Amino acid sequence: MTDTTTTPPEIGGIGHSVKRVEDARLIEGQGNFLDDISLPGMLHMALVRSPVAHARINGIDSDAAMAVDGVLAVVTGELMAAHNLAWMPTLSGDTQAVLATDKVRYQGQEVAAVIATDPYAAADGAELVDVDYEMLDAITTPQQSLAEGAELIRDEKEGQTDNLAYTWETGDEAATEAAFASADRVVSLTTHYPRSHPSPLETCGIVADVNSVTGQATIYMTSQAPHAHRTLFALVAGLPEQNIRIISPDIGGGFGNKVPIYPGYVVATAASLLIGQPVKWVETRTGNLISTGFGRDYYMTGELALTNEGRIQAMRVDMLSDQGAFYSDAQPTRYRAGLFHVCTGSYDFPHAHIKCRGAFTNKAPGGVAYRCSFRITEASYLIERLMQTAADELGIDPAELRLRNFIQPEQFPYETATGFVYDSGDYPTALRKALDAAGYEELRAEQAAAREEGRLVGIGIAHFTEAVGAGPAHTYDIAGLKMIDSAELRVHPTGKAILKLGVKTQGQGHETTFAQIVAEETGIPATDIKVIHGDTDDTPYGLGTYASRSTPVGGAATAMVARKIADKARHIAAHLLEAAPEDIERSADKFHVAGSPDQSVTIQDAAFAAYTNLPEGMEYGLEDVTYYNPPNLTFPYGSYVVVVDVDPDTGVWKVRRMVALDDCGVRINPMIVEGQIHGGLTEGFAMSSMQWITFDDDGNCIGSNFMDYLIPTAWETPRFELLETVTPSPHHPIGAKGIGESATVGSPAAFVNAVIDAVAHLGVRNIDMPVLPDRVWEAIDSAGG
Amino acid sequence: MEITININGTDHTADVEPRRLLVDHIRTGAGLTGTHIGCDTTSCGVCTVLVDGTPVKSCTMLAVQADGREVTTVEGLKSADGLHPVQQAFSDEHGLQCGFCTPAMMLVGAALIDENPAPSDDEVRWAISGNLCRCTGYMNIVKAIQAAAAAASSNGDS
Amino acid sequence: MLPARFDYVAASSVEEAIAAKAEGGDEARILAGGQSLLPMMKLRFATPSKLVDINRIAGLDAIRSHNGHLHVGALVRHADIAASGAVSGAVASAAPWIADPLVRNLGTMCGSVAHCDPEGDWNSVLLATGAEVVAQGPSGRRTIDIGDFVQDFFTNSLAEDEMVVALHIPVPSGRSGGSYQKLERKVGDYATVGVATHLELADDGTISAAGVAMTSVAPINRKATDAEALLVGNAPSAELFAEAGEAAAAAADPRDDVRGSARWKRRVVAAFTQRALAAAAEQAQS
Repeated sequence: MTDTTTTPPEIGGIGHSVKRVEDARLIEGQGNFLDDISLPGMLHMALVRSPVAHARINGIDSDAAMAVDGVLAVVTGELMAAHNLAWMPTLSGDTQAVLATDKVRYQGQEVAAVIATDPYAAADGAELVDVDYEMLDAITTPQQSLAEGAELIRDEKEGQTDNLAYTWETGDEAATEAAFASADRVVSLTTHYPRSHPSPLETCGIVADVNSVTGQATIYMTSQAPHAHRTLFALVAGLPEQNIRIISPDIGGGFGNKVPIYPGYVVATAASLLIGQPVKWVETRTGNLISTGFGRDYYMTGELALTNEGRIQAMRVDMLSDQGAFYSDAQPTRYRAGLFHVCTGSYDFPHAHIKCRGAFTNKAPGGVAYRCSFRITEASYLIERLMQTAADELGIDPAELRLRNFIQPEQFPYETATGFVYDSGDYPTALRKALDAAGYEELRAEQAAAREEGRLVGIGIAHFTEAVGAGPAHTYDIAGLKMIDSAELRVHPTGKAILKLGVKTQGQGHETTFAQIVAEETGIPATDIKVIHGDTDDTPYGLGTYASRSTPVGGAATAMVARKIADKARHIAAHLLEAAPEDIERSADKFHVAGSPDQSVTIQDAAFAAYTNLPEGMEYGLEDVTYYNPPNLTFPYGSYVVVVDVDPDTGVWKVRRMVALDDCGVRINPMIVEGQIHGGLTEGFAMSSMQWITFDDDGNCIGSNFMDYLIPTAWETPRFELLETVTPSPHHPIGAKGIGESATVGSPAAFVNAVIDAVAHLGVRNIDMPVLPDRVWEAIDSAGG
Repeated sequence: MEITININGTDHTADVEPRRLLVDHIRTGAGLTGTHIGCDTTSCGVCTVLVDGTPVKSCTMLAVQADGREVTTVEGLKSADGLHPVQQAFSDEHGLQCGFCTPAMMLVGAALIDENPAPSDDEVRWAISGNLCRCTGYMNIVKAIQAAAAAASSNGDS
Repeated sequence: MLPARFDYVAASSVEEAIAAKAEGGDEARILAGGQSLLPMMKLRFATPSKLVDINRIAGLDAIRSHNGHLHVGALVRHADIAASGAVSGAVASAAPWIADPLVRNLGTMCGSVAHCDPEGDWNSVLLATGAEVVAQGPSGRRTIDIGDFVQDFFTNSLAEDEMVVALHIPVPSGRSGGSYQKLERKVGDYATVGVATHLELADDGTISAAGVAMTSVAPINRKATDAEALLVGNAPSAELFAEAGEAAAAAADPRDDVRGSARWKRRVVAAFTQRALAAAAEQAQS
């Protein structure tokens, strides 16, 4: 860890590995998670889900369910329709069924809800709701879906005549085609980034408490974006926004899964409104896995046009996404495939053309940014796998190929072929540092020797560039809401402060790190700052925490509001020191007269004076709010090196080493940054090795619980060796870029490249994720190895 | 049926349905919500408690099976002397992020260091391999349990 | 996911348990460790009318060597076996790989054996070692050869009014060894492929008895009898074990599924049989 602190430990500003404030309650079992909330008179809801992927609903008989002791109501789509709530808008401008009325379009779709006095009674009732399904053929791949004559999945959608969900393209097609036509070499890779699921250990849930007299709706909800959810609730349910209070309590992990609004939330709220009692719904794990926002499911063909020396001239991509039954990606309106066009990666070449299509299938909807910024994981994977393919095809070392094509440090700000303007970076230094730490030359020598002995060793590299921190209001929105964020800071007379955020922690440590930003900017010790988040009645408006946007946007807002406070405090200090404000300088913990360090007051003195002794004409108090509209995205990057040993008899591969260098700009709390990287690397390892959701031909979900949807334990998870470089973002107030998702974005390609590297000499060029042992063995076998 | 379970040193008597899971009884019967629920299939381990000192998944045990036995939950880790070494170490080593798996991880860690005063990295990983974490990548959980073991041993020596 | 209602009896003796189970008919189930049964009940794949809890019956938790065999009582947990100094060979090798550490603290070996899940590990170990199941009914006890006990997919040969009270696993007096090789996708997963081996050596060093049995590659745990026949009478060698591996692979009847292709699973059987035999031989020779 680099020591870049400017404040002493007792202030605990940026760069200090301050211990987390949130830990105290969590290590004593005193956290307050959604399911821990219990209100007087609270009822419990269980959902009835479709057991089949595609069927017409001919009727629902709830008599037997209603006869169960403790069951109070069975809510069906018909009842929701009577309140105009059977359908709701998605975050991508589509509509989604809340409770199915016409047909079910995926296994696990919400069909009815049972409200009971006890969760056991609700489960008993749900089992007895009898739904008459008329089976329809299931469409389980986007290729089937777009084939001639495929049955229309979205027959209710006006103007929809096929199963196409969207098309989108970007880049210069003519220039790209010309570059391909004149290229020395063209390298191609077709790969599927499989469907994955964020599956935080806490599932989604809600306690909806609608007061039938006042109309006040107090909604406790597992939400990564409480403010945006309040607005959407107001729009969907027609409730006055000031009467909706969303409280997102302690969240047991989000990873993008808790960004969308799910049918269960809407039904529980409607039930509370209709019955007049609080209603709790906590999703089962199966419900979570089979119905809530998945990630990925991109079928990609990428091509690079190269010179014989390995210089990239152009890239073209044809991508087909499996959207499931409703198009509900959480993403900015103008980008139909998120920020997938960041797929040009870390490389300097002039032309690219990206063509994207999405198709409806009989699978759960989603497309959430699972621990990434809107489809960047897929994009990063494609370019980094293509680089491995190109290296193997051209016979150039994969590290060397990257070094030949990197955007150079002096080229920043760098505009990519698809229009992103990268803020800062030094890619060659990062890659060389990671290679040196791994002992790259020695590993290559060992690999050659191992092959002589019939052993398979692979060295995988990935050098990713992410685009996070959405985002500038002129370009980025969610459901029309511009992606700004906010912070409100109030310093009390004793110098203690309360910081209120528009973003929301789900484990990232905002209560600690955001206080550190204020400490850095004001000199108030971080331990004197309480951070409030997640309650829409008590925090300024914001778009929430996902897409690594908390630090880039909310963190910037915090720095800016702290600067406003520090500036006012400086004026007060000038008054107290009887000097001109422009003569007052701030050190880590004091304001003093320039040239006279002894003539000083503290921020605490200034805070007290803000309520007691102000200069003429100044407004009392020391409080302000900032809404921050970032001028650009930030672009964290990293160089990862993975070493694997592959068992040729079984295809089993084991990670021997994982070296990860991350450059996320300035690190607010190095301890927390490293924790974020560990977690991200683990999810990258999970996706590359075991974690996927697949379906059988009838659309049955294989991966509907943690026995089939595999999450690695400590035993399988590799040990990680972390490195860093620090290249601040030039446009961010404190130079930070965001870190929560980098490792998930960057690492899958490193793991897969390592396995491919082990068997590339046999002619193997691709194995799709998850790289299961049988796929490795089959690849070796069919390559004649 | 009527059962009495000693939870964290206090007897809790209640009339429960035989089908009531121990985890539900702990959470809603005894009101101790530090024990969590994360899956339906005995896979994730966030519901781990100690029954007579042994870590088990309380979602896969009936409350009636615990009649007459001693249960320790995360709320029972702290003693009059203060935090349990494993609690202190989880905070010191950044062994938790969202905190949802943390009570379970700490209980397994506490049971491990009772038996093994100096577990290796592999031994800790093996011991916690019935418990999932989505945030930390386990690196700092392993460090925390090892640090707790070291702290517990040095306390014991003094 | 929560279980449906059922009646519950905590039996204080085996006789009481058998009577209670018999009263409940074919919808009554014995509750030992519950680590397979309760998850199935939570998913409502199993809805027994009655659970007969045997956890409070004294004396069922014994694990001891006795008359040339290892006696494992009905309440011996997987973790007890893993920690026991009394076990060796394939039993000792398999114990740490059952489920996960917390499930091992509650789940019982007898319960797993009676469950007859073809993806369960223990029945392969018992088939390889030639173990017997001790069942008790109203008219007393009987021993059942494991090969006869395992009838089919999730089906054993117990009568409705019987329960498993113990397992008897032979402990050879001479030189012997055994191993269990398991390919699991992660800790807690069922075997994708499992192979249990057991070898006994004669004084001249040749193999006098051999057991090879496989997990997850047939509708039930299956003995590789051709492989066993190949081994007996021969001196241990890498070539012999490779040949036995091929024989085991031929005896396997795996399916293509999400874990991998049948073709690949056969290759894993061959490799694991070879490795498990080598480990068994090394143990026997040491």
